[in-house]
Amino acid sequence: MKRKEVRISDLLFHNFLRGLACLVIALFLTLFVFLFASAQPTFLARGWSFFSESTWSPTKEIFSVLAFVYGTMVSSFLALFFAVPISVGSALFLTQICPKQLKRPIRTLIELLAAIPSVVYGLWGIFVLAPFIKNYIQPFLSVHTESLPFFQGPPFGLGLFTAAIILAIMIIPTITTISIEVFSSIPQLYHEGAKALGATDWEAMRMAVLAPGFSGVFAAVILGLGRAMGETMAVTMVIGNRADISPSLFSPAATMASVIANEYAEAGSNLHSASLAAVGFTLLLISMVVNLAARIIIRRARRNT
Amino acid sequence: MKKIFTLLSLFGAFNVFAAGTLINGAGATFPEPIYTKWFAEFKKVEPGTSINYQGIGSGGGIKQLTAGTVDFAASDTPMNVEENKAVKIPVLHVPTVIGAVVVTYNLKLEKPLKLSAEVVAAIFSGKINKWNDEKLIKLNPGINFPKLPIVVATRADGSGTTAVFSDYLSQVSPDWKGQAGKTVDWFRGSVAAKGNAGVAGLVQQAEGAIGYIELVYALQNKLAFAQIQNKKGEYIEANLKSVSAAAGGNVVKDMVKNDFKLSITNSEASGAYPISSFTWLLINETMPKEKGFQIVKMLNWCLGNTGQDMAASLNFAPLPKELREAVLIKVKGLKLN
Repeated sequence: MKRKEVRISDLLFHNFLRGLACLVIALFLTLFVFLFASAQPTFLARGWSFFSESTWSPTKEIFSVLAFVYGTMVSSFLALFFAVPISVGSALFLTQICPKQLKRPIRTLIELLAAIPSVVYGLWGIFVLAPFIKNYIQPFLSVHTESLPFFQGPPFGLGLFTAAIILAIMIIPTITTISIEVFSSIPQLYHEGAKALGATDWEAMRMAVLAPGFSGVFAAVILGLGRAMGETMAVTMVIGNRADISPSLFSPAATMASVIANEYAEAGSNLHSASLAAVGFTLLLISMVVNLAARIIIRRARRNT
Repeated sequence: MKKIFTLLSLFGAFNVFAAGTLINGAGATFPEPIYTKWFAEFKKVEPGTSINYQGIGSGGGIKQLTAGTVDFAASDTPMNVEENKAVKIPVLHVPTVIGAVVVTYNLKLEKPLKLSAEVVAAIFSGKINKWNDEKLIKLNPGINFPKLPIVVATRADGSGTTAVFSDYLSQVSPDWKGQAGKTVDWFRGSVAAKGNAGVAGLVQQAEGAIGYIELVYALQNKLAFAQIQNKKGEYIEANLKSVSAAAGGNVVKDMVKNDFKLSITNSEASGAYPISSFTWLLINETMPKEKGFQIVKMLNWCLGNTGQDMAASLNFAPLPKELREAVLIKVKGLKLN
């Protein structure tokens, strides 16, 4: 008799958990369907040219997403380029080399970076970082790389480069803290074994920490990428907001999230707001593809180790 | 003791709601400071009526009025054709105060900068792109312009400010015909920032930068702005007097003819600052009796001397007297049932 009671409560508990899990799936599906439905007028009016062209003109009612996809991808990947070495490097330092007394304070400082609101990052970007880039970084880079188009153009201080640096700072805590967890979960024995076989510090870290930790660190990087692609406020404040594909990293650009934030509240026509929904839908699709690709890479890496 | 006090005050709060009328409005953010002030002061005159106002943007306000979720809306631009088609009850546009957009710049000059309509349009199309351009030198005798590129800063977010400024450009320049709107395609090589604060921040940081912002914001933050040539050929500095003047003179007659849905940019009136514009309250022409009665009372109060003086103290230009009278005649015609 008593046993049965336990079973009933278990059953209830399992179904409760199942319900919660289904709720998450339902939420996602609702979002997907809602976005697609609101975006439909644009897909009907523009067809594939919505995805393949780069003109975004509310006054002429021509809407296409390519310039924003470019802005989102370039700023996010550039941010990873800056953030990954710093994050993985500091995670390695904190788990392998750092003296115990320093570990906690440094880790707390890195985690504090995540607690700063994005609007504060944006303001700091406008008033501190942008002038610095305008007055020092861009003149330096453009003089030394005159033959390349990447660093040319008038110096505004605002643009892809500034946005990428802000994003990098914002995703460093995400990647660092997860990497620390990953590295500290690897048995110390590996490291000691490598050392015993005569490996140098660097070799031991590469073979016994970095290699087994790869899939975990990669997952951390993808989480950081996801945050960078979706970040709105800070990016809007420093990217210059022009729907433009230009090879120069110092020219103003716009991201999918920033154009939605800028224009949705005052979207003039039905087609305009539908197009902004379509931009949101594209962002959702791209995030899904990136996450799926990451899953596949992680699975492969796990199989190989 | 504290508990009893809280209970009593809660009870009091409920009491007011139970006895009085609650009116909800939503819309433009530009006039939000004066509307908030007005509605708070109006409650002192009319303790039974609470007016809630939320600055969610002009477009959002119009959508909510159309859906019937608010009792009135507010907008920086008259309703467009598409929006007019969507409403079930005709909407009266009641101008409340006049706003202006100024051209702010970051350059140390001997005298305030003077700009003609043609030059403003050329700068904001990227056609004049350096400060020592001949046209600028010609307009400003006595100023030694530096050899600097002009960095043009615009608004990134859709806004009434952009609508007013681009409406002005479309009035004065053939290149800008049909290009006006809350979001505009600016030329390649300009930068955009979010909000008045964003544009002002951008301009203040870059020597040689120019941008457009609201007069209220420029006055509050003591930013330099240019004198603009009006239709009469006078160079006018934006201030409450010159902005009010844009809605005076002949304009009043035209306004009445057009149900007040008229743009007053590039105004013909003398002494008028040319980049001025009304901001409107949008009122359903037929309203339920109880709420409608209070809304009419509120409109009369806001357009009366007390309300308009209050506007001036917050740097919003009051309406000229003859226009106020014309508007209030229309307000009398609202149907209550």
